[in-house]
Amino acid sequence: MLIKLTGGTVYDPAAGVDGKKQDIYIQDGRIVKKPVKDVQIDKEYDLKGKVVMSGAIDMHTHIGGGKGNIARTLLPEDHRQDPVARTECTRSGCGHAMPSTFVTGYRYAEMGYTAGFEPAVLPVNARQAHMEMADIPILDKGGYAMLGSDDYLLRMLTAKKDQKAVNDYVAWTMQAAKAIGIKVVNPGGINAFKFNQRKLELDEQNSHYGVTPRQILQTLATAVKELGVSHPLHVHGCNLGVPGNMETTLDTMEGIGGLPMHLTHIQFHSYGTEGDFKFSSGAAKIAEAVNKHKNITIDVGQVLFGQTVTASGDSMRQHANHKHANPNKWVTMDIECDAGCGVVPFRYRDQNFVNALQWAIGLETFLLVDDPWRIFLTTDHPNGAPFTSYPHLIRLLMDKTFRNDMLSRIHPEAQKMTTLASIDREYSLQEIAIMTRAGAAKLIGLQDRGGLSPGNWADITIYTDNADREKMFEKPDYVFKDGDLVVRDGKVIHSKWGTTHVVKPDFDPSVEKGLKDYFDRYLTMKLGNFKISDDEITEDGRGSITVHPLQGKN
Amino acid sequence: MTEITEVPSPFCGIGTDDLTIQVDGLALKVTANGCAVNTPAFEQAITDTSPRVDGKEVSLEVAAKKAAGLLKDTQLPVIGGCATDVNGMRALLALADRVGAVVDNMNFSAARNNLLTLQDSGWMNTTLAEVKNRCDLLLVVGTDLEAFAPRFFERYLWNKEAMFVDDTASRQVIYLGKAPSGNASTSPNGQAAKVLTCADADLPEVIAVLRTLVKGQPIQAQTVAGIAIADLQTLAEQLKAARYSVVTWAAGALAFRQAELTVQTLSEMIKDINDMNTRSSGLPLGGKEGDQTANQVCGWTTGFPARTRFSRGYPEYDPFLNDANALIANDEADALVWVQAFNAKATPPTDHLPTIVIGRSGMTFAKEPDVFIPVGTPGIDHAGHAYRMDNVVAIRLKKLRDSGLPSTADALHAIENALREMNVC
Repeated sequence: MLIKLTGGTVYDPAAGVDGKKQDIYIQDGRIVKKPVKDVQIDKEYDLKGKVVMSGAIDMHTHIGGGKGNIARTLLPEDHRQDPVARTECTRSGCGHAMPSTFVTGYRYAEMGYTAGFEPAVLPVNARQAHMEMADIPILDKGGYAMLGSDDYLLRMLTAKKDQKAVNDYVAWTMQAAKAIGIKVVNPGGINAFKFNQRKLELDEQNSHYGVTPRQILQTLATAVKELGVSHPLHVHGCNLGVPGNMETTLDTMEGIGGLPMHLTHIQFHSYGTEGDFKFSSGAAKIAEAVNKHKNITIDVGQVLFGQTVTASGDSMRQHANHKHANPNKWVTMDIECDAGCGVVPFRYRDQNFVNALQWAIGLETFLLVDDPWRIFLTTDHPNGAPFTSYPHLIRLLMDKTFRNDMLSRIHPEAQKMTTLASIDREYSLQEIAIMTRAGAAKLIGLQDRGGLSPGNWADITIYTDNADREKMFEKPDYVFKDGDLVVRDGKVIHSKWGTTHVVKPDFDPSVEKGLKDYFDRYLTMKLGNFKISDDEITEDGRGSITVHPLQGKN
Repeated sequence: MTEITEVPSPFCGIGTDDLTIQVDGLALKVTANGCAVNTPAFEQAITDTSPRVDGKEVSLEVAAKKAAGLLKDTQLPVIGGCATDVNGMRALLALADRVGAVVDNMNFSAARNNLLTLQDSGWMNTTLAEVKNRCDLLLVVGTDLEAFAPRFFERYLWNKEAMFVDDTASRQVIYLGKAPSGNASTSPNGQAAKVLTCADADLPEVIAVLRTLVKGQPIQAQTVAGIAIADLQTLAEQLKAARYSVVTWAAGALAFRQAELTVQTLSEMIKDINDMNTRSSGLPLGGKEGDQTANQVCGWTTGFPARTRFSRGYPEYDPFLNDANALIANDEADALVWVQAFNAKATPPTDHLPTIVIGRSGMTFAKEPDVFIPVGTPGIDHAGHAYRMDNVVAIRLKKLRDSGLPSTADALHAIENALREMNVC
């Protein structure tokens, strides 16, 4: 079947196309070159007056894994308020802060998203992450495996194992967990909490291992680079949420010494201590540092007002923040000498000084970072807000008048503490496309995704151009997934299954000798039972695995 | 004959994956690391291999059509048991969504004690490897742990080595409420567990007093439920002095009303201890009859745990109103689908409703169900996934033999396909 998308205004930053009227041809799931004359077109879509982008990619969203299910179970009242009925082509479920899996897929697709990446896959819980994501329809998926608070790595560092040994362990873990990247959360801090340490500064030693977060970051960032993994080390830094943590973040950027590093939900790590409330914005300094350090990428983790739930691997910081739980209930877990998690429901309020300033800090960060290829649109779903709020966030970035209207409504003391009103920048459609499509695909290392030139998979989203960018982005006219029309007029009309994206870095097989001994002596699973096989993802006929090349190879 | 090693168990809940099993055709023999729970569960023989309709053997296709016919015009069918692997539970929920059924895992009324606590106030919990490496004091509340999990102590407390406990044999074990039935809790160096017993119904009061003492509040009485306050005071001091205490309980063993309040008191006590310059964690026991698996898959698929109804076209959770046993007893349910792939002794709880059983081969009935589809057991007849008690680790179950039995997912998909062909959407 040959499909023609006719006359749309195309924004394809991967190919350098910025708002140009173009036709796009789709065949066998891929975008193809304009066919020779006299080839029959089976289906044509008239896209005059419409904007065409690749399918959006959420490079940091908590959609798979055990803490998501803890959040779901914790909050039945949230789900009761957002029931989703079954239809002829969609399954029933529920929405809002932590939607059910099927509804997650539908709502992402109905916004024009075609891929989402779970940034905190505990290797020991990776099966669950993949099984949950296997029940998210339409979206492609993948995960970043969490390391850095696992006892095995910390023992390696204490024993001063060489970088090659660490590299082998990192590569082995990525393959065992079927990951596409590596994440470190509060480096060593989750582990330290198990030893009753309640905070861990960048240069402070874990009380048991004598290892500092800085060492962990340096070692893992080096490993990721040397292995050729495209996605830089994905870092949830020390001191999340702590006033004054901007210094930690600046120090982290400076200290990585030019290695690629992605700093995630950076808004939560951009706080100063100025003013009467000892809480202020560090966004300007953070943005300045990001602009300077070309090795750094960030996603923002924007806070938006309303009820949500925070779900993080950072059990240390979640425990410290539990008094802010709203409603007042929360969970922490210590997990398998591998990691931890904490789930704390949260209600961000525009009349709360801290929350209001968090909102402003996120926006300041977006507007002050110059390079749209190194900053990514996230709310750290669901931590800062549910992903369904992305169209609203896009409008805040693209529409200064709207943004300043919203600013005028927040806590007056917070208004005084932000420079937001004086920032004139408005994101363009091309910049939005970079941040949510081409840039995300590049950051993660996705081949043949995130672009609209021939050869790319036909993940395509088509919007009616609308000056109200929130309305524009919340309801696309058409969404294609691998060439199939899945959404029309903002509603799912056809469901299908996306692929799981992974990379397979090389490792020395002898790494398993030490690991086997460790598993047998200390853990609760045999090494052979820990590793996820390909058929666990593909056996039911709907899952598939897409392996992407490493940097420096192919 | 083949010998398969490192076999994981879907039966015991504690994540055992070091079984050695000899396979001789359809016969299995556990030759290493078995226990009173796992060995009989693996060695149980296959009996039926063909589906039956009204007692007559038929093909799966015919059985599925009959089942679909029974479900087609129901108002409130109930899917009970829900004891299966992840793929079985996925298929079960797809069917429930289609026919508007109530889904109720057979262990839910027990698990409810935990879930209500979680949903009201949350908790601080841990997992098995942390117990194995960090636990220096284990408090067992209201249950006979070695009867629940015969190898728990061997695998997680008396292990030869731990990363963070110098001498695992020095770990302290205290039973509160119920005495152990054997000696598994006696340490390798001969130290017996401390035991403080009381009647089941008095446990709430004992736990409340313990939490009070942990918080440093005075108690005027000398005893509670026959236990000396001084003994509970000692226990409170031990919990606060431990580096990483673990408090474990079995929700199903707390067989008194409002037991969730006792679980909540324990969970809040654990939080209290964590504010006292040390660490403590809870470890709710479970992972049997597919309960954790059902709650996990139902959780991500509907947003709610596995006592949820679809009768209005979307999931509605109610931990009391959706009780399958109550719906059956009150004649609100008009059909029963019973899914039990693990335990052939767990038969359907009704004899007056149209009944469809997707059951482990070997199941026998006082009254023949309308449809019986014998299915393979995950971890024996087909590969799959199931959760263990700590609810974090999903184990990959191995296929051990070729029995020809369909999986639960196969059977339920067949029924759903038959419904689709009848235009039931």
